[in-house]
Parts: sequence; structure tokens; C-alpha cells
Amino acid sequence: MNDTSTVRRLATRAAEATPPPVVARVGGLGDRAIAWLFIAPTIVLLLAINIFPLIWTIYLSFTNFRANRPNAAVEWLGTRWYTSILTDPDIWAAMQVTARFVVATIVIQTVLGFLLAVLIDKKFRGHGFWTTLILLPMMLSPAVVGNFWTFLFQPQIGLFNYAVSFVTGLPPSSFQMLGDVSLAPWAIAIVDTWMWTPYVMLICLAGLRSIPDYIYEAAEVDRASKWRQFWSITLPMALPFIMLAVLFRGIENFKMFDMVNLLTGGGPGSTTEVASISLKREAFEKWRTGYSSAFAIILFVTVFGLANIYVKALNRVKQR
Amino acid sequence: MAAGISTAHSVVEPSPLVRRIAGAVVILYALITIVPLIWIGLTSLKSPPDSISYPPKILFEPTLEGYCNLFTTRSRQTAEYLQGLPAASGRCEEIARQRSMVVVGASNFVPRFWNSVIIAFGSTFCAVTLGTLAAYGFSRFKVPLKDDLLFFILSTRMMPPIAVAIPIFLMYRELGLSDTKLGMILLYTSVNVSLAVWLLKGFIDEIPREYEEAAMIDGYSRLQAFVKVVLPQATTGIAATAIFCLIFAWNEYAFAVLLTSGTAQTAPPFIPIIIGEGGQDWPAVAAATTLFLIPIVAFTILLRKHLLRGITFGAVRK
Repeated sequence: MNDTSTVRRLATRAAEATPPPVVARVGGLGDRAIAWLFIAPTIVLLLAINIFPLIWTIYLSFTNFRANRPNAAVEWLGTRWYTSILTDPDIWAAMQVTARFVVATIVIQTVLGFLLAVLIDKKFRGHGFWTTLILLPMMLSPAVVGNFWTFLFQPQIGLFNYAVSFVTGLPPSSFQMLGDVSLAPWAIAIVDTWMWTPYVMLICLAGLRSIPDYIYEAAEVDRASKWRQFWSITLPMALPFIMLAVLFRGIENFKMFDMVNLLTGGGPGSTTEVASISLKREAFEKWRTGYSSAFAIILFVTVFGLANIYVKALNRVKQR
Repeated sequence: MAAGISTAHSVVEPSPLVRRIAGAVVILYALITIVPLIWIGLTSLKSPPDSISYPPKILFEPTLEGYCNLFTTRSRQTAEYLQGLPAASGRCEEIARQRSMVVVGASNFVPRFWNSVIIAFGSTFCAVTLGTLAAYGFSRFKVPLKDDLLFFILSTRMMPPIAVAIPIFLMYRELGLSDTKLGMILLYTSVNVSLAVWLLKGFIDEIPREYEEAAMIDGYSRLQAFVKVVLPQATTGIAATAIFCLIFAWNEYAFAVLLTSGTAQTAPPFIPIIIGEGGQDWPAVAAATTLFLIPIVAFTILLRKHLLRGITFGAVRK
């Protein structure tokens, strides 16, 4: 770098910067104005489409309003729906089904997704192509896929049953993935895992690639074993990413509706009736708008509370 | 190895053997994962009897019957009536005649598909625009209650769609937005914007502030610095975010099935109710699924490098 040219450039810059640039003052906006101008549209949209309806839902949850009878007199019921929901065994059953589904799928997908990410991060030949292939399922609509998997799960003609019988020797029509009480939850978990493991994998991969090489180089210099490097470098440094993936998957699966609705519709019996399916039945089949509003609020408080605790933990991990 | 006088590779490069094993496992997983998708494509080219044969047929005579059944509506006719007709014109008519049917019109698939296109791209554009602005605001400025606002934005995504759909259903009924594309675009934008803000804030945080500060010292205003310095740097992040938003809007089912029934109905609630005579017409469903999947696959492959780079923060590091 030529010294004189650097000095000259700095001088020019200083000259430009010293008098407050008139153009920036007049034509440009202050930082504070820009900050609000940039953030406000998003906040306004969310207030209109999310918060206003939420407040409306809270109001409805205290009334006997029914959406299919908009002109009937609305009666204020106080907290009657809340007490009846919290003491309703069917609701608790639905919450348990949801919890089991969320925990099972998250554990499977995180382990599988992280392992895949570690393997893909080895950058074998053609890893880009195969990664793209693996990513394909998560691009499909859960509804459209769920619908097609009902075909794959057919006992007599389905490819899934045929493949299982091919591997295990069981006759393919001896088990019904969607019709059997003990298998139906697993049928949903299988499809969910097939679809969403790539999502976890992608976020984990980003985490792994965010770890700078020099840390591993330093560990090599210190003669840390690969095993030690994995537990002391890879996992802790990728942990915020893994936790983020778990957060998003957890929230998504807590809300799970599409696939369950199309795969089993909550059946057989009510073995796969997750919270969203119960809610849909109450709100859009029985049209108990007040009752379902109260249920919706309870669900929201649950997921909001859990996520709040979780995000605090995530921030603590990030700060370490 | 630990002493590692590095040869061509640095010490952190995996050995060829590790690479090969990793490759084999990933490829095996990819092949298993892809089978159901291939099956969708194959089924779309089968005749209805072939699609439900046992054992499942891998080799079969391909036919366009599934696609014809997807795009047309047909009615069954008597043998005498069919004999009185002139020779079939067009492939689909021919196929229908073989099944003692005639094509009577177009199905609803094309309009539903277009609704999906308009709603997905419209809402993605809005969400990414809003999200980029908000993400920049949160990334660069001291916003009061920043963490609370960010959490609020995320929290709007925590409502189960069915719970949101109850008041939206009532609100849209009042506003005349029920079963309209505008209503669905607004709704999907509001759902996607939270994802967009969070993802993009991450990407913009990675762009060094010094770039803009240098530009502003050179006389750019804050807005100019945003447009000319930050946006080009954030392209990868914006593209990756757009893909995620697009996938969400394209695939969304719960709102669509509850809030649309006709003019604004998208493909996902429509595809599962494609039925033929006596149950689901699987080749037609598979054909619809195939066509529904292709745009997203194409779009993703087009942006594959950017997607990976974006997700791995590559724009900043490389």
C-alpha cells in the first residue's frame, strides 16, 4: 500500500466526514426513524393478523358464542369453559398423545439429523447432490405427503408393508400401520421423521460449519483425541444450533395437524388424536366456538410457557 | 497423525476412509428417503389396476391415465352411446373411451394450482420484504424492548393454526376476506414474517457493521448503505429465507382447508379429495402430487448452492 495515497484517501474521507453531510441530514433519515420505519410494518401486520384475533379469542373463550349462529344472543360465562376443559379426561388424553408424539419425534430426528450432518460435513465426493436428495421430503406438503403415505401404508397393496414384509418375513397384510391402535402413532412418527430429519440436519450442518477450523487445529496441536474433540468442541459449539432446531421442531409438532388429519384423522379410536385434531373437532365440526377458544388459549399458554423457558436456556447456552 | 506435519490436507480434513464411509451411509439414507418420492412419480404413470396390484409393480406399462384423470372430469356412458360417437380426438379422450367413459370437461386442478402459485409467491414476497427491513432494524439499532419484541414476533408462530383459524374465520367473514387470495396472502405473510425476521436477523448480524460504517464515512446515508452494502451482502440469506417461506406457503394445509372452499382454495386441500369411481384415484393423486412437487424441487435445485451457503453463513466466511 502506497503511503501517500493512503494519507490522501484518509484526508479526503476526513474532509467529507467532518462537516455533517447535508444530503444525509436532509434527504436521509435519522437512525431512530429508520429503525421504527423498518420494524413497524411487521409489528402492525402481526398486531392485525395475530394479536387482535388472539384478544378476540380470549373474549370468546368467556362466552357461549357459536360461529354457526352469529346472530344468537351471546352470554357471558366467566371461566366455565376453562374449568370444564381442565377437568375433561378427553382433553388430557389428547395432551398426552401430543406430548408423546413431540418427544418421540424430536429425539429421533435430532439424533438422526445431527449424525447425518456430521457425516455430510466430512465432505465426501458428491455430498452436495446427496444432501439435496435428502432435503427433498421436507419440501413436500405434510398434507399431500400424509395423504400419499396412506397409500404406502395400505396393508395389502402398500409399498411400506411390502418392504417390511420383505425384510422381516411377516406377511404384508398381517399388520395395519394406520388401523392398529399400537402402530398408528408410530406410522405418524415414521412419516414425520422421514420428512423433518433433513430440517434438523440442515440446521446442525450450519452449526458444524460455523466452527472455525483453527479450533480443531489447536486441539490437534494439544493432541486431543477425535473423541475428545467431538465432546469438547463439536457438540458444545453446535449446541445452540441443535437447540434452535429442537425449538422449531417442538413448536411445529406441538401444533401438528396436517399429517395426522390426513393419515389417521385422530384414529383409530382416539389413539392419535393430538391437541389440534381435538380443537378442530370442537371448533369446526361441533361449532363450540367459546369452548374451543378456551382450549386454544390453554394450548397457547402451554406452548408459550414451555418455549419461554426453553429460549432462556438457549440464551444461556449461547452466552457460554 | 496427531503430530501432523500437514501434507496436502490440513489436519482437520477427514481421511479418505472416513470420507468414504460417511458417503456410503449418507447415500444409503438418501436412497431410502427417496423411495417414497420415486413411488409417487411411478404411481402417477400407472393405470389404476396397476397401481393397486400385489405385489407392488415396479415394471409396468406407463400410461398418462393418471394425468388425464387429474385434468379432466369424465362420465360413464353406455356401449351403444360410445359406438355412436366419432373417433376419439386427443389422448385423454382415447384413454377415457377405453374405460367406457367420455371426457366432459376440465377438472378444478388447474385453478387450484394457480391459487397456490399466486398465494405462495405473493406471501413470500411480502414476508421477505417486511422481514428484511425488520431484521435490519433489530440487528443494527438500539430498539427499546428488543428482546421482547423479537420474542413476540416468534411467539406468533406458536399458536396452533387451528387456534388462529377460529378468530380469523370470524374476522374474515366480517371483512369479506373469506375464501379470497388476498386474505390468504395476508395470513401467510403474517405467519412467515416471524420466520423471516429471525432467520434474516441471523444473516445480517453476520455482516460486519464496519462495511456500512465505511460506506457512511464515504458519504452514504444510512438508507443508501442499507440498499447498496447490506442488501447485496445479505442476498444469500434472503434467498434461503425466501425458500423457507415459499415452502411453507406452498405446503400450508390447515388454514387452507378451514378458510378456503372454492375461489381461493389451494392445491393441498384439493389433492386429498381427488377421488375416482369407488375410492381414491391413486394415479391421479400421484400425478397431482408430482406436479405439485416439481416447482419447489426445481426452485430449490436452482438455489441449492445459495441455500447451503446461506444456511452455513457462507457469504460472510468465504
